[in-house]
Amino acid sequence: MVKNLSQEKSVICYAYRVYFGPNPKPTLFPVTIQNIIFLLVALAGIGLFVWQVRKIRANILVGRDRDMSGNVAERLQKTLLVAFGQQKMFKRITPALLHLVVYVGFLVINVEVIEIMIDGIFGTHRVLQFMGPLYSLLTGTNEILGALVLLAVAALWWRRNVKKVRRFSGPEMRAWPSLDADMILYIETVLMLALFTMNTADLKLHQLRNEVLPGAYPISSLLVGLFPADVTALHILERVGWWLHIVGILAFLNYLPSSKHFHIILAFPNVYYSRLVPQGQFSNVDSITHEVKAMMDPSYQVPAPAVGPDGSALAPTPFGAKDVNDLAWTNLLNAYSCTECGRCTSVCPANLTGKLLSPRKIIMDTRDRADEKYNSPLIFSPNLYGQEAKHETQEQLDRENHTLLRGYVTPEELWACTTCNACVEACPVNINPLESIIEMRRFLVLEESAAPNSLNVMFSNIENNGAPWAFSPSDRFNWADDLYVATKETGVSS
Amino acid sequence: MAEQLAKRPITVPLMANLAAAGEEPEILFWVGCAGAFDDRYKRVTRAFVQILEHVGVKYAVLGMEETCTGDPAKRAGNEFLFQMQAMQNITTFEGYGIKKIVTACPHCFNTIKNEYPALGGNYEVIHHSTFLQQLINEGRVGVSGGGEFKGQRITFHDSCYLGRANNIYEAPRDVLAALDADLVEMKRSKANGLCCGAGGAQMWKEPEPGKKDINVERTEEALAALDGNAAALANLNGVESGNAGATPAPRDAQQRSIIAVSCPFCMTMMSDGVKNKERESNVQVFDLAELIATAEGLSA
Repeated sequence: MVKNLSQEKSVICYAYRVYFGPNPKPTLFPVTIQNIIFLLVALAGIGLFVWQVRKIRANILVGRDRDMSGNVAERLQKTLLVAFGQQKMFKRITPALLHLVVYVGFLVINVEVIEIMIDGIFGTHRVLQFMGPLYSLLTGTNEILGALVLLAVAALWWRRNVKKVRRFSGPEMRAWPSLDADMILYIETVLMLALFTMNTADLKLHQLRNEVLPGAYPISSLLVGLFPADVTALHILERVGWWLHIVGILAFLNYLPSSKHFHIILAFPNVYYSRLVPQGQFSNVDSITHEVKAMMDPSYQVPAPAVGPDGSALAPTPFGAKDVNDLAWTNLLNAYSCTECGRCTSVCPANLTGKLLSPRKIIMDTRDRADEKYNSPLIFSPNLYGQEAKHETQEQLDRENHTLLRGYVTPEELWACTTCNACVEACPVNINPLESIIEMRRFLVLEESAAPNSLNVMFSNIENNGAPWAFSPSDRFNWADDLYVATKETGVSS
Repeated sequence: MAEQLAKRPITVPLMANLAAAGEEPEILFWVGCAGAFDDRYKRVTRAFVQILEHVGVKYAVLGMEETCTGDPAKRAGNEFLFQMQAMQNITTFEGYGIKKIVTACPHCFNTIKNEYPALGGNYEVIHHSTFLQQLINEGRVGVSGGGEFKGQRITFHDSCYLGRANNIYEAPRDVLAALDADLVEMKRSKANGLCCGAGGAQMWKEPEPGKKDINVERTEEALAALDGNAAALANLNGVESGNAGATPAPRDAQQRSIIAVSCPFCMTMMSDGVKNKERESNVQVFDLAELIATAEGLSA
């Protein structure tokens, strides 16, 4: 029978025979009901994920337009260094190494997911084994990385739950964010254990049949002794491991949009679209530039106000940001890229000295508010979990000042910022909390005249004296009075 | 009279006078509000002018034509006031055809260099730390053997608007290296430097309620570095393991030491911090220009 089949089919048939035993029923395509179920599960999982991603994309795009096109080479280079190369993670070596293991493990083990997908759909078994020695390299690397991932995950859990690294706590680390962080570690553990269950059972099945399982299994070969020497039980264990691994991955994929773990995707576009200008350069408000130019030069032509598709003038956008849609889309991309690691807050001078400001909270608030305002894009709204006490009534939710500013972020937080850029510098994925802080300060000052009184005094000093202090402009040059320089040449002797 | 220094009076050249005489300065020295009005920082302005006079750079100042760059207004969210100030200064610069500006204030430096271009003002802007570094590299300032600072323990406090904001970390350290001093680093330095607490318009308001003032936190760190106090350095917040550099050798806290700054706000905050810790008897806060002018023997 076999000799009548093409080469590919013989490979499939071989795999099928390996899978079902030495005397398979002759068949051209070994698809079973199991494969059809798998196909449906995979399509549902991926489809649901795409649906969720589209919702988040829509949430990000409610932000104000900001042209981030161009400079492709520079942006790609930065993405390679900071996102792909983890450059900024290495400011802190211990978490950087632990994170690197999980990150590399994620990248490499996912090659095996391709195999699992093909096997799952076509009923093949370990379809990539045709690669020969390369397959051994792949499976062997996966096993070692899998074991390292388990160790790293354990160490990360220990840092979070036993050592209690300071930056993992704080008022914004409420019930959900804290649970989420541990959940990710638990899910990763289950995925790795499923992988080892699958490999070990497969390996033992082959040993019992005196056959050689293609590939290298340095870790599973140490575990075969722990597994029962029963073909049926091994068979079930292998299937359980296989299904748990792939269904786990699909479930995890759909968990991502509700989780800080979404950073594994958004870190890359977030770094790509991060600012290229010096960190000290704050954005210019062009609409104000037109006003100021018109004031200084009456002949200056202010551009016509923006019009909608029907030609009617659009409502003018406010100065600064009161709510999430007043921020730029890049600020909202920031919010969904945040992994809540707290490096920003841990270096914030205001937070370090006990002020209310926490840059991480600004970013998390922005995301939670976008979820709330734009009909949460997620299957469920875990970001708001544990926050119920904050929104007691619908009436409260509907109040006009239930916005990002005041509803989530208080002026006290905003005014504590020294604009030192430590948070910007610290973020491993180039999130910029400072931009959002300044946009909200602009709204407070320009739309509400709600600056602290001492700052209003400073403003009026600048307006009246040309200096932030109450000095007379006529004294500005007094520093130059009675000034001498010592000289070795002949001069006025002292 | 052998070692009694001679001194000569300085008439600081005004841009208006140079322009009237049809002359063009090599640099415009932007003094800034703190440099013009703050009693402590006026000494920095004067020291920097002594250096300019000493090396013979052709410079000028705007005098009473100078006005706030608008930095504190912009950081506080008052974009309108910022742009009014910026436009006024750009008009002044354009009127004199200014091309190159040197300033001792990182906030003025950042604003003119990075934020004026969007409003039509494009200039070569140099912070005085970079300018002093160039003078030293060119041999125009010798600081023979470091002068009176030779071997003294100095730690440099990074200004946010010079450091993180504009990536200038080495210029001030190169300047200090010329003093042949015992230069020690704080745990949080360069890109990880801790703010003095005055940026973002904090200079003009009381801090929000908290456990501590930021300048006290930073001064404690500076003192721990100067004293080589390993225990105090180990207790700093915001420094995770693997991120801490070498601890300076311990030494007697009564010895004279210096916190070097390069920003008028840092100067105020660190000086207040030293007073708060009651260490002003032996710890002094100096700007780079003061250290160079003193080491070069220009004080008069």
